Amino acid sequence: MSAAVAVRDLTRRFGSFTAVDRVSFEVATGEIFGFLGPNGAGKTTTLKMLTGLLPPTAGTATVAGLDVARDAVALRARIGYMSQRFSLYGDLTVGENLELFAGLYGVQGERLAHRRGWALQMAGLQGQEDRMTADLPLGWKQRLALGCAVLHEPKLLFLDEPTSGVDPMARRAFWDLIYELAAEGTTVLVSTHYMEEAEYCHRLLLMHRGRIIAQGQPAALRALMTEPIYALRTDHAPRAVEALQHTEGVLETALFGRDLHVVLDPEHGDPERVTAALQAAGHPVRAIERVEPSLEDVFVALVRREGGVVSG
Amino acid sequence: MRAHALDLGRLLAVARKEALQLRRDPRSLALAFLLPLGLLLFFGYAINWDLKDLPIAVRDEDGTKASRELVDALEGSGFFRVVDRLESRAGIDDVLRHGRVRAVLLVPRGFSRDLAAGRRAPVQLLLDGSDANTAIIMMNYADAIVARWSQQVVLRGRELPGLATAVPRVWYNPTLASRNMIVPGLIAVIMSIIAAMLTALTIAREWERGTMEQLAATPVHRLEVVFGKLLPYVAIGCFDVFTTTVIGITLFAVPFRGSVLLLAAMTLLFLLGALGLGIFISAALKSQVLATQVALVATYLPALLLSGFIFDVGGMPAVLQAISRIVPARYYIAVTRGIFLKGVGIHVLWVQGLSMIIFAAVGIGAATAAFRKRIAA
Amino acid sequence: MSPDAIISLAALTRRFGAVTAVDALTLQVRAGELFGIVGPDGAGKTTTLRMLAGVLPPSAGDARIAGVAVGRDPEGVKPFIAYMAQRFGLYEDLTVRENIEFYADLYRVPRGERPARLERLYAFSNLGEFQHRLAGALSGGMKQKLALCCSLIHHPRILLLDEPTFGVDPISRRDLWLILHEMVAEGVTIVVSTSYLDEAERCDRVALLHQGRMLALEVPAVLQASMAGRLFAVTSEQPRRARDLLRAHAAVLRAVLFGDALHVVASPGTGAAELGTIAGVRSVRPIEASLEDVFIHLVDEASAREAAA
Repeated sequence: MSAAVAVRDLTRRFGSFTAVDRVSFEVATGEIFGFLGPNGAGKTTTLKMLTGLLPPTAGTATVAGLDVARDAVALRARIGYMSQRFSLYGDLTVGENLELFAGLYGVQGERLAHRRGWALQMAGLQGQEDRMTADLPLGWKQRLALGCAVLHEPKLLFLDEPTSGVDPMARRAFWDLIYELAAEGTTVLVSTHYMEEAEYCHRLLLMHRGRIIAQGQPAALRALMTEPIYALRTDHAPRAVEALQHTEGVLETALFGRDLHVVLDPEHGDPERVTAALQAAGHPVRAIERVEPSLEDVFVALVRREGGVVSG
Repeated sequence: MRAHALDLGRLLAVARKEALQLRRDPRSLALAFLLPLGLLLFFGYAINWDLKDLPIAVRDEDGTKASRELVDALEGSGFFRVVDRLESRAGIDDVLRHGRVRAVLLVPRGFSRDLAAGRRAPVQLLLDGSDANTAIIMMNYADAIVARWSQQVVLRGRELPGLATAVPRVWYNPTLASRNMIVPGLIAVIMSIIAAMLTALTIAREWERGTMEQLAATPVHRLEVVFGKLLPYVAIGCFDVFTTTVIGITLFAVPFRGSVLLLAAMTLLFLLGALGLGIFISAALKSQVLATQVALVATYLPALLLSGFIFDVGGMPAVLQAISRIVPARYYIAVTRGIFLKGVGIHVLWVQGLSMIIFAAVGIGAATAAFRKRIAA
Repeated sequence: MSPDAIISLAALTRRFGAVTAVDALTLQVRAGELFGIVGPDGAGKTTTLRMLAGVLPPSAGDARIAGVAVGRDPEGVKPFIAYMAQRFGLYEDLTVRENIEFYADLYRVPRGERPARLERLYAFSNLGEFQHRLAGALSGGMKQKLALCCSLIHHPRILLLDEPTFGVDPISRRDLWLILHEMVAEGVTIVVSTSYLDEAERCDRVALLHQGRMLALEVPAVLQASMAGRLFAVTSEQPRRARDLLRAHAAVLRAVLFGDALHVVASPGTGAAELGTIAGVRSVRPIEASLEDVFIHLVDEASAREAAA
């Protein structure tokens, strides 16, 4: 079975600035594929190229069997796209927005009635067709926007930071919807800067400054981090961070909630030395245990390996 | 509520920031410097300010030396140019209808005999009546020329209405203004543009981008923001007035007979008012798109159309005349024309001076009243 | 008002037409506290901070900041507070240095002291080598660091921060928090709203807002302990199916996906073993509640109360 999306050395430059740098990957049908990375990593630019909105500077991409550069127009009829900024019209009602998008995608008649009803139900907006879209809370708007993007039942769905700015509870509800769509066979490509949402994806791309720094299933990505991480509980955690700055074998110290997460060098790192150092500095360690790295830890470790400081 | 003191340092900081931003914005720079220059050159060169070479046709039924001399007199004045000599009266209607000529001179048989006999010699000027203004002017010109040639000749004008299609006649300058009149007035129009386009954007843009919210949380005083923002635009305005004046004097040979100091003082007052108005619009509306449109209608258009710049206020319908009383540019144009062309001083222009002061006060007052350091009421 | 409260809200209210964004909020913040405000969209966090910063007048009630009533005298508080808006509020067409100098001018920071303060800020933020770069050309994380520098140049006593780390890359996020902790150590009071609940856990106290009202105000550890013994992490081959089955179970109050595991809130007295009997469940383990767990629980309860009312 050929891949739903196949990308080879995709590149996009804006003048002297390279936003996306030779990116290559494949997405299988029915997969939830995530693009993870901070703002400015190149996620949006990549998605815009895959949806035919932005021509690539170099490289190729095939989406649903079509070449994104040559068949951009035909492509749009086959896919669903939700852009990063809110894409519905605030001064139209919920119902009017649904009708508009149905019209744009050529969904008519009985099919329209059926899909409209489905979208309203999915977004939890039945009975609210006459409500002004601008008045809806952000979480609801995003669900409605998702509904509008899939009225024509596309086989491929591209979502650009759909949960940005939405509170954690509404974010979960949104991901449930994505799951339902994927379960029905839709391939979903979604970008996010919330690292914990990576867990909801089948496979991921970690991006940083236009390049892929890692690809694979969440579990596999976590395994990429060979450096052990220990979670410590101590008083005055922020000061404790300072105390560990120059301890041998410690690669990184970061606050994680109220705990300290300490990343040790796999060869020279020693948890006992860490405990001793903290004790000496007046921060007795109340608890210490080895923990699984979070994707944020993985991200930071990979960037560090590249020799990069993220800023700039 | 405690009174919070004004600080010059903060005001200058705002002015410096505004100036830096202006310097780095190509569109604003073009608007501030190129547009005035462009308008000056356009109004100065491209428009036909004085009526001349008006095309006419002649039906000479007398065919004598006298009738030929009459026609030569008309052509020799430079105002008229004979483009067609008609063979018969039938051609008159045709040639006017097609708009090839603006008027037809009809010299009847017996013209020369009447002259020689010392009688009154009637001559007809058939005019394209679709533009009453120009028709009247042509009539006046022709009358003056003919009278000078001979007191005996009586020129009768007859309008043939509804002929010819619309031609942009406004460019023919119905008030017979010359460049001398235009350049001083142009300064007022340009100043209004600066106010309308540039300052109308400044505060609205900061609200829309979110920088105003941040600024509002600092101790900066409202007045410091308003005056700080005014400063760079006043400087631009003064520069533009200076360049327009210099170009007017050197390139267009407009005379300058009055006091530079008085012009500077009046200009400053007018600038403060116009810019203050622009800031008021920006602060009140908080939307760049809306502010630009309102500014155009409220300042630029009245300055262009109702100030006496092109169209004579006295010739306007009563309603428009009444409205023009509150168009500041009207008073400023009187000032500039007075200073440039007549060399008058404050004892003549004190009324206008007072209006400028009131205008400046209203503009600045409105700006400071409308601008609040608050996201919502 | 308690003696060492530096910020005190008394029935602070803000209405926008028919909508009450902040509803009679009453709370106190101690001097030198790191105070967090969390809550879902529309909870009123930004509106509250804007009122405290004096850029939005209250509809009713007031707040006192270091003795000044901000509703009546908004300008009176501004010299000694700093506010960082949620949207980047600096000038993109000015350089890093020009932005900071501008704010130094606005707060009348003495010229003699500026070089030292700038040095320190550049050291914190690593912006020194970018000081002549236009702010618009900075990455998101650097922009936030710049905004923070501009807030700190005048040594404010109180910092009001509206989601300062939103969308920022993980490394810059950590840098920003190190700066904030430094400030707290120096005695600055910080009120920060955040949607990252791991950041909220670091605060001395946290207020949970929901639809303009306060659902909880407590030390994070205490909040987390309030659900002791009732929260379990459940793994399964098919998490979503397991979730639906769990939700149907009588003893289960809530089952929510947290990454690849399910967080299940059970009624008091329910044991891990009981949950383990549900089909598809691979493992059940009691866990300590995170703030997110607590807040979901509280918000759910509040919504249920409203629905019943």
